[in-house]
Amino acid sequence: MESIIERINQGKFWHFHGGIHPPEQKATTSDKPIKQLSLPKQLVLPLQQHIGRQGDLLVEVGDKVLKGQALTQSSNPMAVPVHAPTSGTISAIKKSVIAHPSGLSELCLFIDVDGEDTWKKREICQDFSQLSRQEIITKISNAGIAGMGGAGFPTHIKVNTKPDINFLIINAAECEPYITSDDLLMREQSEAIVDGIKILDQLLNPAFILIGIENNKPQAIKALQQATKHIEKIKVCVLPTKYPTGGEKQLIKILTGKEVDSGSLPINSGIVVQNVATCFAISDAVINDIPLIRRVVTLTGKALSKPQNFWVLLGTQVSYLLEQAGFVNEDNNNQNTQASLQTSPPVIMGGPLMGFSILNEQVPIVKTSNCILAPSKTEMPSAFDNSSNEVECIRCGQCADVCPSQLLPQEMQWSAKAKDHQQLTKLNLFDCIDCGACAYVCPSQIPLVQYYRVAKAEIRQQQQLDIKSEKAKARFEARKLRLEQEKIARQAKHEKAAAARKATMNKKSADGGTASSAVAAALARVKAKKAADQNKAETAEPTNQVQDNNVQSEKSQVKAAIARAKAKRLANEQATKPAIDNNVQDSVVDDKKARVAAAIAKAKAKKAAEKEPSSNPDVSSAEAQNTSTGADDKKARIAAAVAKAKAKKATKKESSSSPEVSSVEEQNISTDDAQNTATDADDKKVRIAAAVAKAKLKALDRAKQASTTNSEE
Amino acid sequence: MTDYALLLIGTVLVNNFVLVQFLGLCPFMGVSSRTETAIGMSFATTFVMTLASLLSYLVTTYILIPLNLEYLTTMSFILVIAVVVQFTEMVVHKTSSSLYRLLGIFLPLITTNCAVLGVALLNLRLQHNFFESIIYGFGAAVGFSLVLVMFSAMREKLANADVPTPFKGAAIAMITAGLMSLAFMGFAGLVKI
Amino acid sequence: MNILLAILVLGVISALFGALLGYASIRFHVEGDPIAEQLDALLPQTQCGQCGYPGCKPYAEAVANGEAINKCAPGGEDTIKKIADLLGVDVQPLDDNHEQDDSSQSNLPKVAFIIEEDCIGCTKCIQACPVDAILGAAKQMHTILSDECTGCDLCVAPCPVDCIEMRPTPETIQNWQWDLNKIAVKQIG
Repeated sequence: MESIIERINQGKFWHFHGGIHPPEQKATTSDKPIKQLSLPKQLVLPLQQHIGRQGDLLVEVGDKVLKGQALTQSSNPMAVPVHAPTSGTISAIKKSVIAHPSGLSELCLFIDVDGEDTWKKREICQDFSQLSRQEIITKISNAGIAGMGGAGFPTHIKVNTKPDINFLIINAAECEPYITSDDLLMREQSEAIVDGIKILDQLLNPAFILIGIENNKPQAIKALQQATKHIEKIKVCVLPTKYPTGGEKQLIKILTGKEVDSGSLPINSGIVVQNVATCFAISDAVINDIPLIRRVVTLTGKALSKPQNFWVLLGTQVSYLLEQAGFVNEDNNNQNTQASLQTSPPVIMGGPLMGFSILNEQVPIVKTSNCILAPSKTEMPSAFDNSSNEVECIRCGQCADVCPSQLLPQEMQWSAKAKDHQQLTKLNLFDCIDCGACAYVCPSQIPLVQYYRVAKAEIRQQQQLDIKSEKAKARFEARKLRLEQEKIARQAKHEKAAAARKATMNKKSADGGTASSAVAAALARVKAKKAADQNKAETAEPTNQVQDNNVQSEKSQVKAAIARAKAKRLANEQATKPAIDNNVQDSVVDDKKARVAAAIAKAKAKKAAEKEPSSNPDVSSAEAQNTSTGADDKKARIAAAVAKAKAKKATKKESSSSPEVSSVEEQNISTDDAQNTATDADDKKVRIAAAVAKAKLKALDRAKQASTTNSEE
Repeated sequence: MTDYALLLIGTVLVNNFVLVQFLGLCPFMGVSSRTETAIGMSFATTFVMTLASLLSYLVTTYILIPLNLEYLTTMSFILVIAVVVQFTEMVVHKTSSSLYRLLGIFLPLITTNCAVLGVALLNLRLQHNFFESIIYGFGAAVGFSLVLVMFSAMREKLANADVPTPFKGAAIAMITAGLMSLAFMGFAGLVKI
Repeated sequence: MNILLAILVLGVISALFGALLGYASIRFHVEGDPIAEQLDALLPQTQCGQCGYPGCKPYAEAVANGEAINKCAPGGEDTIKKIADLLGVDVQPLDDNHEQDDSSQSNLPKVAFIIEEDCIGCTKCIQACPVDAILGAAKQMHTILSDECTGCDLCVAPCPVDCIEMRPTPETIQNWQWDLNKIAVKQIG
């Protein structure tokens, strides 16, 4: 590391591979000071202006907001709040076109500016060295600062790092043509920038702080050198002008000779890179408690009569800025207004190499917009010409010579055109920084960067799809497992029920055998026999029916279930009866009453059961229109629900334990199901039948309860 | 020892089976669209060719010649090759299922790869001894593999390149193969056997 | 005599080799079919059943056993191409039976959407959903977890009141694709 510093002290630097020297065009704006802009009428603030997530809204339409007031907040560390750039009223919260090459709309806050520019209450902190590390980070986080160089990475995450930092690099290269916003900021606000650097120093405690600045900004260099004169740790490194020196990895390479591994972050090599504009925003936030609500924007291009740098409030619409900078629409001479609308002169957000043209001038300035370029036709004819001048690749290899990431642009181009994503990944497409150097030198005018951008987006989407399909698979498997388990559980329950039934049967016969009273025993036996006969008849009948009808096994199962339920009920009755006979022999009358009630109930149940199957065909026929498989299923379920209800009622008599309650609820649900099935089949008859069945069931239930209470008496 | 080395180099480069002797052109065109597949095919073919030339030498020397059954050479060679290929197929299926799928029909088709039968018959004609047979078979396979992998690498690039429409696909592949063959002509006279 | 010797020799050699192969087939017996797993990974996992199999895995297994590779409608050409690459077979166009009706719309990813006023809470769609992406209970209004929805279409048919429709996923910054033909972004030099 000593050798690195020695080299830097001697003014010797490393070189990154490739690079280009496009015409700088900075003189148009670099000789004028930053101009304060009058307040616009309206501000449009996209909720998300950075990489990461958007915060939750804190305000509503109609709210009055003060300058600097936070409008969103979030506990998510990747979310950065947005603040009101001036005082006013929230007039709308709706989707609006944002500063993105897609021209898509995202949620934006509209603020009607009241013109008073009233500040919220601020706490000015004169001595930031008193603040703790955490306090500073909170201040940065609350001020909504995101990297202002272009990517918009939340700054509080970048500065909140634990490992030892060797180098803090301040990126003041500003290598892209036309842009002078950082240059002017450094000239006019060098003290504040140095304050910001000091704050970062306090946070990160790096061994050295290097300010990388290109040698085409002599005034800014002088200003910075003046401001950092007394600080040993900070070195202003004047670098030769070459595009893209301002690329993070390129700047690291030039200053330290280190190369950041593919797919790795500079922090892993002990290096943190911050933009100068971000440093200024940090000092503003920490010292003056001014959140990130304004930035310097270069308005340049030959289509502007007054190109200059402006202090622009975030959310100011580009149209307003263009107006302020004296935008001359060349096409206005054109008589055909319709045509001039369609071929509206291009406005580029960002620099000419990495920027994108914006389709709608209502687009607002966001935290990452550093330049608005409105070129004239003579200046940038390609921007006006919508037809592509792309011709075949002649394999000259110039693109590979200038690529700062040492990639193979030509190979990547072939693969991108063939959509060979695997090959693209192999060629390290994701190390491409979109600098546009390859396309700049391409003699065939192939828009290489666009191909890469498309390919990158496709690959990212494919990755998302893969993740989604993985998730869908997991859910599908989970569902399958769950259904399987439910099935097993159901089977187990059935088996248990069957076992219980068997046990009762055994008990009954045993009871019958040891009955003390011979008469009662005989009576019971006769009854049992009768019941058994009846049972048999009942079981046989539906089974025959089923066989005759030759319908699905589900139906027969259902019938069997009904029959079983009935049998069980009878068995239960008989089981209780001998007991009653044994214990309370006097209550013959009661018993009789109970029996009568039971008989009535039984009859009703039978009627209901009869009605049920008769309604089934209706259901199925109605449902056959919808789905054939679902119909059977549903039918079975209705019948099963009825059967289950009956069975439950019967068992309830025997023992009323707590699980019973839940199962009763279950019954209700399944009855609901049945009802629903009835409703969806538009047949009224079916519904009536089902209702009748249900009513009967209820009656049966009541009768049962009555009989139970009676017999218990 | 020098003889063996010269034989190996001569077989790989000078008398390259594919580009000079024009044997085994079927898999050369068929499985060269992807380098991964080509490498797999190379390994399988190398295995088969070496083993086949070894076995065929044993069969001729110890069974057919003593019994005066030289007229059965072709038949028994086919038998040997078929068995070796079947065996290879099983091994490949067991070890690398995806390679098995990738090679697809070309794996069993090694049986009909004329280079394999060619190497066995040429061994006989050139009156190679046991070690020479093995080296000749191995050398032929290495030559085949070398050319196949090189060719597939070129075809992978050609697949994405802006080839004029009439030359797309097999046409440009044939031209490439022809140019490669011309290039291999340059090795003629490198080794005098 | 000579011919008998020839037959005998060939017979013995064949028998020997046959025995060798027989042993090898036992020794190198392949358990299961790992290729089905790989195929499953290529399928879009919508579990839509449009291929005629109850889910993606069964179809993957079927393809491994020789089923046609062109039955996955949601995967479309891309998936067919990937499967063809994996299996080393030729790319086939999508099966006609599984071609979606409107080709212009078919390629757009979709999610199901429940028109909530119309939902009667019948739970039928819940039972149909292969990935449990519908939330609701009997007689309660249902809703779709659009992040989990695979756009398989299976819930549309069972709905008795036709309150489910398939809507294309909204274009956002996150899933937006650069379209070279549509946007004015270009190289300026």
